[in-house]
Amino acid sequence: MNIFDRLMRMDRRWVFLLVALVCAITYAIPFKIKLNKSPEVKAVFSFMDTLKAGDIIFVAVDYDPSSMAELNPMFYAIVEQAFRKEVKVIFSALSQNAPTMADQLIKDVADSVKQDRTYNGKFYKGREIKNGVDYTFLGYKPYPALIILAMGQNFRIPFPTDYYGVPLDSLPMMKKIRNYDQCKCVVDLSASNATDMWITYGQSRYNFPLALGLTGVMSADYYPYLNSGQVFGIMGGLLGAAQYEALADNPGAAMDGMRIQVFAHIVIILFILMGNIGYLVSRRKSKKG
Amino acid sequence: MKRQVPLMLVFTLALVMIIQYFVPNDLSLDTNEFLLKWIIIIGVFAMALGIWSLIRVSYEKIKRRVPGWQYPIATLLGLAAMIIFGFDYGRHFSTAEGLNNPMFLKFFLYIIIPIQSTMFALLAFYIASAAYRAFRARSALATLLLLAALIVMLRFNPYLGIFGQYLERTTSWLLNVPNLAAKRAIIIGIGLGSVATALKVMLGIERAYMGKD
Repeated sequence: MNIFDRLMRMDRRWVFLLVALVCAITYAIPFKIKLNKSPEVKAVFSFMDTLKAGDIIFVAVDYDPSSMAELNPMFYAIVEQAFRKEVKVIFSALSQNAPTMADQLIKDVADSVKQDRTYNGKFYKGREIKNGVDYTFLGYKPYPALIILAMGQNFRIPFPTDYYGVPLDSLPMMKKIRNYDQCKCVVDLSASNATDMWITYGQSRYNFPLALGLTGVMSADYYPYLNSGQVFGIMGGLLGAAQYEALADNPGAAMDGMRIQVFAHIVIILFILMGNIGYLVSRRKSKKG
Repeated sequence: MKRQVPLMLVFTLALVMIIQYFVPNDLSLDTNEFLLKWIIIIGVFAMALGIWSLIRVSYEKIKRRVPGWQYPIATLLGLAAMIIFGFDYGRHFSTAEGLNNPMFLKFFLYIIIPIQSTMFALLAFYIASAAYRAFRARSALATLLLLAALIVMLRFNPYLGIFGQYLERTTSWLLNVPNLAAKRAIIIGIGLGSVATALKVMLGIERAYMGKD
């Protein structure tokens, strides 16, 4: 077996080992990378940035812990930005394993907002985030399409009480809120086909501005909706999350993860090139022979 | 009668749902609200059916000692544990307070989250290996796919300088032109297919949902 055959038929354990090594080394060595910001992520940030205190947004947590590496950073960045600007947030979790995770995420962001911080040169004093005043967590109900449709009529149809069992009418921030009409936008953070349902049964029917936060593999599927204006922004995968963190001046797990992803991709590309060099040379030899 | 009644029900309700979509008055909205509540209730029964089915299938596997019969035991134990802890040992059946049960939270935070994250993290290795084996320039189309993949993967690399900016513009073109055209064609095809299927169900041409004809 010559070197080109070896390049083509390398044991996959070498691939695993090198990817693992690169991930471990880039994780261990602290360095920063510079990111360009794509227009679809900028659109989400600009929309969130123009919101005023007292405005309401809806954040749908439609992913399980398996996708938290890509989508949690988007949640942290967007919700922290909203809470800092005193924008109220309604949360739902229409994926089976999402509610407990979402509850934890909300508490994490609420803890972070207690600290004084400066973002993009603007100082924000720390404050207490209260359930029912600053946010409402609706929780989970099965069958996202039906829930999305029903919420468009009235949040109280599928969710007479919030996640904690408190009637929606007794929550101060929900008193004047009936449905999506009172929300400035819906942000769907999703790793499932719930996104299709938000577009089909939510945005198309009730006509609210919709932004998407998606896993990397999903994002290309939703560009047609961006182009048609049904979606005003897309954050795709860890890159989208990192770009949002950079725009919000709130570096977190996504920017950290991008350091690893950049080099892991380089390793994968090198393997692909090696495999192709081996393949092309072997093919030429076999043609000659 | 066994066939006519379900067909009439499907036709009438489908007609009501179509009319209410295009006529936004109070009666239409109230009808929609009423029907949505019904659908949600039926949906919850379907979930109960799913749990029952899981228990039955797992029980059968254990009873017959099929290969790997030990795994359904873990499934059933997990199901029972999450139900018991989720209802706080039966103390909170009608409220959500059970969701704060420490054991419920521990099971979720220290078992479900690590398991799911680990499974997903393993994908990175398998994708790397699959990319190395599958992305070969065997034909013109395969070469195109290979080039597109390389461009998209390299687009955010900060060490490529001006070349990176070109790659980013090319990626944007790939996503907004060829990808958009292909996806849009697929979406329109699916949409038209869905309308045709809905009409077939509504008019009783498609009856598979009723079981045996």
